[in-house]
Amino acid sequence: MPFIPHTADDVNRMLSSIGVDSIESLFDEIPEDLKCGALDAIPTGMSEMEITELMRQRAAADGQPACFIGAGAYDHHIPAAVWELATRGEFYTAYTPYQAEASQGTLQLLYEYQSMMTALTGMDVSNASLYDGASAVAESILMAVRANRKSKSRRVLLPRSLHPAYRKTVQTIVHNQKIELVEVPFDSATGKTDLDALDSYSGDDITALVVPQPNFFGVLENVDALTSWAKANGAISIAVINPLVHAILKPPGEWGDEGVDICCGEGQPLGIPLSSGGPYLGFICCRQQHVRQMPGRIIGGTEDLDGKRGYALTLQAREQHIRRSKATSNICTNQGLMVTAATIYMALLGGEGMAQTAAAAHANTGRLVEKLCSIDGVDTLFDSPVFHESVLRINATPKNVLRSLAAHNVLGGYDMSKEYPELGDAILVCATEKRTEQQIESFRDKLDRIMNRQAKCPVTPKFDQT
Amino acid sequence: MLIFEQSQSGRRATAQAPGSAASLESIPESLRREQPAVLPEVSEMQTVRHYTRLSQKNFSIDTHFYPLGSCTMKYNPRGCNTLAMLPGFAARHPYAPESHSQGFMACMYELQEILKEVTGMREVSLTPAAGAQGEFTGIAMIKAYHDAKGDRERSEIIVPDAAHGTNPATAVMCGYKVREILTKRDGDIDIDALKNVLGPRTAGIMLTNPSTVGVFERRIREIADLVHQAGGLLYYDGANLNAILGKVRPGDMGFDAIHMNLHKTFSTPHGGGGPGAGPVGVSERLIPYLPIPMVSYDGDSYQWLTETEHPQTIGQLTAFSGNASVLLRAYIYAKMLGREGMVRVAEYATLNANYLMKLLTEAGFQAAYPERRASHEFILTLKKEAKELGISTMDFAKRMLDYGVHAPTTYFPLLIPECLLIEPTETESPEDLDNFVEVMQKIRHEAEHQPETVTSAPHRMPVKRLDDVKAARELDLRWQSQES
Repeated sequence: MPFIPHTADDVNRMLSSIGVDSIESLFDEIPEDLKCGALDAIPTGMSEMEITELMRQRAAADGQPACFIGAGAYDHHIPAAVWELATRGEFYTAYTPYQAEASQGTLQLLYEYQSMMTALTGMDVSNASLYDGASAVAESILMAVRANRKSKSRRVLLPRSLHPAYRKTVQTIVHNQKIELVEVPFDSATGKTDLDALDSYSGDDITALVVPQPNFFGVLENVDALTSWAKANGAISIAVINPLVHAILKPPGEWGDEGVDICCGEGQPLGIPLSSGGPYLGFICCRQQHVRQMPGRIIGGTEDLDGKRGYALTLQAREQHIRRSKATSNICTNQGLMVTAATIYMALLGGEGMAQTAAAAHANTGRLVEKLCSIDGVDTLFDSPVFHESVLRINATPKNVLRSLAAHNVLGGYDMSKEYPELGDAILVCATEKRTEQQIESFRDKLDRIMNRQAKCPVTPKFDQT
Repeated sequence: MLIFEQSQSGRRATAQAPGSAASLESIPESLRREQPAVLPEVSEMQTVRHYTRLSQKNFSIDTHFYPLGSCTMKYNPRGCNTLAMLPGFAARHPYAPESHSQGFMACMYELQEILKEVTGMREVSLTPAAGAQGEFTGIAMIKAYHDAKGDRERSEIIVPDAAHGTNPATAVMCGYKVREILTKRDGDIDIDALKNVLGPRTAGIMLTNPSTVGVFERRIREIADLVHQAGGLLYYDGANLNAILGKVRPGDMGFDAIHMNLHKTFSTPHGGGGPGAGPVGVSERLIPYLPIPMVSYDGDSYQWLTETEHPQTIGQLTAFSGNASVLLRAYIYAKMLGREGMVRVAEYATLNANYLMKLLTEAGFQAAYPERRASHEFILTLKKEAKELGISTMDFAKRMLDYGVHAPTTYFPLLIPECLLIEPTETESPEDLDNFVEVMQKIRHEAEHQPETVTSAPHRMPVKRLDDVKAARELDLRWQSQES
């Protein structure tokens, strides 16, 4: 019996202790007519050897294409030590540290994580994580609505330059709480949030403004101006950042005159594999005065009976297991294992190593963009500085081009046409520090050939012969 | 010592950063940091040693018996981790095209099918990232269903007083008012109380079955009929699915929406508090509202289902498709169990719980529901010990740590005084259960003869009992360098 240790003698001894004659009698409180029969649609069990073979085949079937997609998930180098340590059983198979004295490993690690995140973001406090970047934005908005007591409108400005999947997730999560989400357009020349459009809301009752940096286009926003606008208009400012690139970029705690109120985002670049989009790591940091409105677990330092330093869950009066219907959120778990990986990653890399990694990705994307733009019919769309992603206009249908590239085992970028039809034929590309000169060169050559062929044969071929 | 306190200016794990320095000239000075972030400056070996030592300060399933009620702390097979981390899975970008995702999507599709069969629900979406998000999804679907019918008067969700705190918190997040109903002394819901609150305002009810008091709700069909007759829907909190896997299915009980905690029932790691995965299943009437994306199969290849195919979906819950790598682990576990293994999960979890309850009551401890069968868990109430010996449940719990046993869940459910919610799971051997009984007896013996040993426990942990009040009053939430 997989994973069940009982011998036949064990079972007999246990049943006789309980005073029943079969395991089935232990289910005698369940009405007989409710019980299900055999689960015929579920196949019979496999041994570890058999499932290993199946999973190897399936993993291999997906190939390992050269990945030039970013769009919220980035293929960075992960030091071997990160997951060697994170999957130690003592981290991997522990649970939420309710018994603090038997969980000092996890608790101290989470405290170190909170310290690292506040150092990176320039904020006062951090929680111990949320599900992912998108849900962290939603939770930040709910938090802002609670924190901004002067605002009555429950109106939140979301820039169109924020990740489209984040905007959709926010919609799903806040939609039943009578919060109005207003989209702020971007400037079509620069790809930055349009400050003139934002100014049309000046003087209105706005609860919060979301400020992405870099934005979905890879473009660097005028974060100082946006943060100051929020301050001047009584809105809570919510930064949505990539923590790795903020080893270089100005921390949100220093944006504008006084810094943002809340800072959140996706921690995946900190040592977490792409793994089909999850589990990742949502983070949220804020100013000290908002800490009681923050959702999720928070760890605090304290002392034991002898005055020795230790760590424990704190401010639990915000949480669902205490406050029930009055909790700040229904969130129960955090992403403990992902935080473990991210903390080890940040310790290994340090501020300088992270800055170098981010800079290398920035430089690599610069090289990629330069190479691709040397092809006829490929050009950058926005005339703004970018960090490690860029939107390229291509003189061909993105869907077909990307499909042809994929047939050559190159994932050539994210097709912008569905979410941003106003941009025309455009793709979002990214080259992290892991993409080699050779891969970039090969991407360029393949794209060149495909573009040339499409130029000659603009009608989509029924069967792609590439 | 914190990793920060081991920092030496200029020290680095040099192997981990790209070799050449890259230019940043295209990034305006005004957008860059003035000072580098104050992160630890340590070598690779220091880092490895530090976190290895930290890990050794944890109790975990791999090191200790961990009978935390309602959390299903069972063995997490190593094979599930190894295979889910295969490079082809770990490196797959969430936006990889279907042409480069068939292997992964096959696993997701089959997992959907397995979960449908084992729960008796019509369709399943895997995307919720945790149990609480699964609950949110379920209630949001119920709301969407009533809204689509123009039935906007329904503003209340009924929740038993013994429910997990996530239930009422979820109902509020979805814009509902919470109506609590009482649990009877035999552990079942008070049906008269239910009838009193049911009405045209009822949007639905959230139930856990077996319930959080560790017994099977015997009149579940009657409850389902009453709620349906009132126009409400039933939500099943899958926290205790381990108890009934392959025995009885939420779909057959009459539930319309359920979530499953794969980190419990399907043995994915708890990871120090997540990540979980909380797939949802629905009855016929809620299918249009399921969250996206899902995977379909046309007999030839696998496709993603999105808004296009599901225009009434409540939407997406995370940026991509949920906690994919957790889902892979659950899939691998389910494949290893197979249909016969799933039934055994419920059988042996129930056997272990009833055996342990029997031994403990024979040893003189008081079960909260002695007349009932335990499900996969049961409750002891230590109110007698608290009254006669002045030893609280918390004292018992802390002393257990000294004996190498993680404490069961304490003080939940809230309606039972001085309670311990004990869930041994199917993967523990009877010897471990016998040892737990001995530990409980030893602690009671100590409480009778040297109570201060118990009230000041633990003594053998890295720290003694911690001051939670100080932690909350004098907030210390991060390390700060001496200079700042």
